[in-house]
Amino acid sequence: MPTGTPITIENLTKRYGAVAAVDGVSFTAQPGRVTGFLGPNGAGKTTTLRVLLGLARATSGTATFGGTAYAALDDPASQVGASLSSDVFHPGRSGRDHLRVLQLAAGLERDRIDAVLQRVGMTDAADRRVGGYSLGMRQRLGLAAALLGDPGTLVLDEPINGLDPAGITWIRVFLRELAAEGRTILLSSHVLSEVSQTVDDVVVIARGRIVMAGALADLSAGAVARVRADAADRSALASAIAAAGGVVETPTAGPLVVTGLDAYGVGRAALAAGVPLTLLTPLSDDLESVFLRLTSEHPDPDARPASSAEVAA
Amino acid sequence: MSALTRAVAAELVRVFSLRTWWVLAVVLVLYVGVTAGGFAFFVTAETEGGPGPLPAEVATQLVYSSTTSVALVIPLLFGALAATSEYRWRTLTPTFLAQPRRPVVLVGRLVVALLVGALYGVIGALTSVAAGAAVLAANGVDTLLGDPDVLGLLARTVLACALWSLLGLGLGALLTSQIAAIVIVLVFTQFVEPILRIVAGAWEWSAELARYLPGAATDSLVGAGIIASIGQLDPTVPGVIEPLTRLEGGLVLTALSVLLVAVAAVTTLRRDVE
Repeated sequence: MPTGTPITIENLTKRYGAVAAVDGVSFTAQPGRVTGFLGPNGAGKTTTLRVLLGLARATSGTATFGGTAYAALDDPASQVGASLSSDVFHPGRSGRDHLRVLQLAAGLERDRIDAVLQRVGMTDAADRRVGGYSLGMRQRLGLAAALLGDPGTLVLDEPINGLDPAGITWIRVFLRELAAEGRTILLSSHVLSEVSQTVDDVVVIARGRIVMAGALADLSAGAVARVRADAADRSALASAIAAAGGVVETPTAGPLVVTGLDAYGVGRAALAAGVPLTLLTPLSDDLESVFLRLTSEHPDPDARPASSAEVAA
Repeated sequence: MSALTRAVAAELVRVFSLRTWWVLAVVLVLYVGVTAGGFAFFVTAETEGGPGPLPAEVATQLVYSSTTSVALVIPLLFGALAATSEYRWRTLTPTFLAQPRRPVVLVGRLVVALLVGALYGVIGALTSVAAGAAVLAANGVDTLLGDPDVLGLLARTVLACALWSLLGLGLGALLTSQIAAIVIVLVFTQFVEPILRIVAGAWEWSAELARYLPGAATDSLVGAGIIASIGQLDPTVPGVIEPLTRLEGGLVLTALSVLLVAVAAVTTLRRDVE
């Protein structure tokens, strides 16, 4: 069974003119784990992966497989499989012929073609022209191409994009299987919920910089505790909370949403001010909103924050 | 298999798994067939205003060189499409993932461009003989099919087509835009060069320069061609400028192809793949 090598990105920068698409990015993807490389569109995910695979040159820094650049690997297709886009097929060529060209160029065994077609469930469609494939079928063909060399390491750019619900379930199970076999899997996505059931680790990138890297569980540690509270005299409650050091997020209408104090703190402040509470509820911050906040915050005050529409696009 | 052998095998599958190559072959057969047949009729028939029956040695050379006279656009287009298709469909990404050593990919593609260009040369030569010899024989002119001069001309037709395919590959790799490559190939071969070659005959200096145009160099390499023969057929066109020799013609064509491919290799191939 092929085992993966770690993917190591160190201080990687890629500039296009004055614009740094990737700016000092460092992270590691470990064997046996699925690492989600997450960020809004245009954050630098694809550029990072293209440099990693030798398709684009780094301005500075390195991106390697266990210390070796992709082009310097012995038989790279047997060690690393990659699918960078579902849009890299000639529409007039059959799926099988597409794989045949790659199998010959990479010097792989011919029987791998049938093996990977079967593994991604494309045996029946293989002899049809790619021009007639759905987006989901193209994604599967791209995966089949990545698996041709039975590589220990997989790099997949937006592999879930465009799949129907059945396809999403299929690819989740499939990627978990591959990771359980000891492979390194690095996959990118712009939607956290798409991959939160699949990934072990997350690396979050925004505007070319890593804003968070760690286990998926660590992402929930970034959640901010909030409390919903209300009282008949809402303005008195708001003053009491402010006096105790809390921040009221929605002072205009409806129950108050408080940060900076937990439920105990809000209760104490109300008691001290003699304001009877009608509502006191701790709010759980879901992963998606943590992700949105991470990717829209930026140390540079001049930078335009990413809108939620952009993130969801 | 060495990486290079594998690259050639992969490029052969790349070409023959699409319909492009045989659609071009069909166009080639029709184009050359009609031209060779029509020209065989023209040079043998006693039509008013025509040149009258030409001796078999001259007539066969003109008829059997139909491929390089009119159909070089086919191998040129093939090479240009082969190179630009990778940009048009963004297939360079999987290509360079399967073989990240780009020079290996390039050499494999060069070899296959030469081979398929030569295949078009063989198809064109056979078509010109099949269509031309039939009309020549019907008009009582010796077809000279076993003649070494004819066989040599057909062999040089194959070489010329191989070189024009390489020329197209270099042009396509340099332009990267498929639309631009198709337009330039068609406009240049169908209008610009024929007009330049005819107009250039008006002055000595321009006629001298025009010998280095790719089509003129090809006629020199092959040893015959319809535009090249206009001077011989029409006594009013001054024929003072000697055409290039076969060797010179071949060298001009080779140098042009190699130059285009080399420029493409040191510029386009080093770029980031989008």
